Amino acid sequence: MLVLPGLAAGAVAVLPLWYLLREALAEGWESLWAEVWSGSTAALLGRSLALVASVTAACAVLGVGAAVLVVRSDLPFRRVLSVVLAMPLAVPSFVAAFAWISWRPSLAGFWGAMLVLTTVSYPFVFLPVAASLRRLDPAQEEVARSLGRSPGRVLLSVTLPQIRTPATAGALLVALYVLSDFGAVGTMRYEAFTWVIYGAFRAGFDPSRAAVLACILVLVALALVAGETFARGRGEQNRVGAGVARAQQQLALGRWKWPALGSVALLVGAGLAFPVVSVLVWFTRGVSAGIAWDEFGSALGSTVAVAVLGAVVTMALAVPLGILSARHRGAAVTALERSVYVAHGLPGIVVALSLVFVGVTVLRPLYQSTPMLTLAYAVLFLPLAVGSVRSSVLQSPVQLEEVGHSLGKGRWGVLFHVTLPLAAPGIGAGTALVMLAIVKELPATLLLHPTGMETLAMNLWSETTVGRYAAAAPAALALMLLSSVPTWILTRTTGGYR
Amino acid sequence: MISDGFANGPHSRQGVRHLALGLLAAVALLAAACSSADSSADSGGEEADSAAGAAPITLYTGRNTNLVGPLIDQFTEETGIDVEIREGGSAELAAQILIEGDASPADVFLSQDAGALGAVSKAGLFEVLPDEILDRVPEAYRAADGTWVGTSGRARVLIINPELVDDPPGSIDDLLDPEYEGKIGFAPSNASFQAFVTGLRVLRGEDGAREWLEAFANQNPEAYENNTAVRDAVDRGEIAVGLVNHYYLYELIAELGEEAVTAENVYLDGGDPGGLVNVAGAGVLVGAPNQEGALEFVEYLVGPAGQEFFAEETFEYPLALGVDAAAGLPQLDTLEPPEVDLSDLDSLEQTQELLAETGLLTQ
Repeated sequence: MLVLPGLAAGAVAVLPLWYLLREALAEGWESLWAEVWSGSTAALLGRSLALVASVTAACAVLGVGAAVLVVRSDLPFRRVLSVVLAMPLAVPSFVAAFAWISWRPSLAGFWGAMLVLTTVSYPFVFLPVAASLRRLDPAQEEVARSLGRSPGRVLLSVTLPQIRTPATAGALLVALYVLSDFGAVGTMRYEAFTWVIYGAFRAGFDPSRAAVLACILVLVALALVAGETFARGRGEQNRVGAGVARAQQQLALGRWKWPALGSVALLVGAGLAFPVVSVLVWFTRGVSAGIAWDEFGSALGSTVAVAVLGAVVTMALAVPLGILSARHRGAAVTALERSVYVAHGLPGIVVALSLVFVGVTVLRPLYQSTPMLTLAYAVLFLPLAVGSVRSSVLQSPVQLEEVGHSLGKGRWGVLFHVTLPLAAPGIGAGTALVMLAIVKELPATLLLHPTGMETLAMNLWSETTVGRYAAAAPAALALMLLSSVPTWILTRTTGGYR
Repeated sequence: MISDGFANGPHSRQGVRHLALGLLAAVALLAAACSSADSSADSGGEEADSAAGAAPITLYTGRNTNLVGPLIDQFTEETGIDVEIREGGSAELAAQILIEGDASPADVFLSQDAGALGAVSKAGLFEVLPDEILDRVPEAYRAADGTWVGTSGRARVLIINPELVDDPPGSIDDLLDPEYEGKIGFAPSNASFQAFVTGLRVLRGEDGAREWLEAFANQNPEAYENNTAVRDAVDRGEIAVGLVNHYYLYELIAELGEEAVTAENVYLDGGDPGGLVNVAGAGVLVGAPNQEGALEFVEYLVGPAGQEFFAEETFEYPLALGVDAAAGLPQLDTLEPPEVDLSDLDSLEQTQELLAETGLLTQ
């Protein structure tokens, strides 16, 4: 029942491969191998992986640390902070990068790229870990305490191991994001894979070389996905006891209260306040200030429209595959689920040009129309949606579905009355996550948008490429404000305070 | 599997409530979108009415619409031909056209640089332009085979921070002086910079070019993503000198006001390879659905209205004979650019290889 729609989602996700393999092989296997095994490609891979590893590690530490403080300690203002800490997700990486480099040009290079990518993507870890911490049954911790462990050691030896799954899942999102990001590495002039792929397209008109490099990125992304499966382990943390879990005990910070608050404030300041203030400064800084309201209004409207449409369509494609992969094990299903990650580690320009090829080759009537753009968003962001659906289905006991069957409901009846309602928070969160990604997306939007339509991201790009920062400020602010809506939904759907 | 935990809501009723909350927000947003989509459709309708029947053209522009938008509006007003604009980076659009082939919906490709035009021309996707268009512009600033025409000129210059440079260099060879070590900015992946290097290869031969690039690399120059970033770095005093096009300075002055800008342009000595004059230009696609309108548009760009616009609004050099550059700029015919045929600047791959070998462009 779910196999056909699942296959459809997989087919959509691997569309870019058609073009990439065709281009990569355009000059024959020999030149392909020569490119793959050249020393410069290895060096490039090393630089990209160094960035991926360090940003992911930093995000894991910061994300988990912030989540523990906000959920499990008596940190002041923790309710507000639990929302504000997620908000850097709304800041586009190139806006943050530009803010930092304007302030301290010497940041350019590895450390600058790491700083920017860490401060805008740690919420990928923070959100799921915080949600998971709130849900944990304190019983195990209480046992450990009653056996004489100190609160700190309980945290390390009992609590943290239980959040391994959400932490590694979030870390994977961070890793893939870093791999595909161009905004931060471009602005910070760190010569990672994406920078060079852009160069091959931009100045070299060398699509073949770009395609070879992109294929390597696909392999790296798939390796990361496989690595995550390995790292999160097999344990399950579903609570099966009868009745309601007891209230969790808060860790008393004591004299560490204010230093802890300071660190969290620093994180929020770097990820959110600094970029926002920088954009406000642009606003006051040049003569190109001023807003063309009608243009601005229609850009806002178009952004919202494509984000909602794209998120709904992506989610519709993702639901069957998400349920399938949660409820059925086996090599075929795993392969199908992994296939959606093919495009996720690729820079947007590669996916965009692949879809230009698909558009003019087989979907000519749809080329540069809203449906085609929506398809591009689905290709880019299916993993965000599939992951959310899958994990929320996994959390609801399969026994409930069996009960449904035994009470005489058919397959569809169980799907609509049991499985989907139970997965609702995941579906909501996934939709919000995809909307957030679409609002910030640029390269695919630039190449595939319907003629005459302009989004906020396009407007921002157009103004900043000619240095009209003051004119770019309203679009930048609107973009962040708009992105904060799905981010806020995300903090709610991932389990706010009860 | 990925966002385990993004889904971790409290279950059942609470979860449904959260989903409902999300959906409610989505519906509200969609409603807002529809209302604004309606209003934009309305304004589109008005434009179509004013166009009085002439078929529209589709323009792929690598030139920013903030710069050329007013000129395009002016064209529509005068000819009644609506222009549907798709904006992007010149090279990205060239890549897009190469993939689209003769199925491209574009009528005209307006590019920031000759390199992107050359790539499309080489793929055989440009129509040969009629003589009455080509003859407006000196031979030096159009394709030898007549497939594209330059619409405005951009001189390569050095941009310097006078607080950091006492005696402005007159030649690219002066940049090799120890004085400039670690103080030069450039944009290695930028098409204009690569065109300069290609020109250097044409003028000095492969060995001569390599020799200069190696010495340049030994100066530890700072690589930036684009010319704007180089310019800003010079203006902030982060570096002393940058290799850019002449008009970036005037854009900054227009944005911040003259008093707020420290940087200055330095035009190089006569014939110096660093003083290359490159062009932005346009061509008509072979598969252009509206050939006639496309030709009319290109003719307008090289006509008096277009040329004066480029001179006054973008601070570039008008190419058509008899149109002057903006006040404050040295006139085009007083510059002494090196003698390079712009059609010879199409060997980008060799340039990139050379840049990679000398360690200036990461490959």
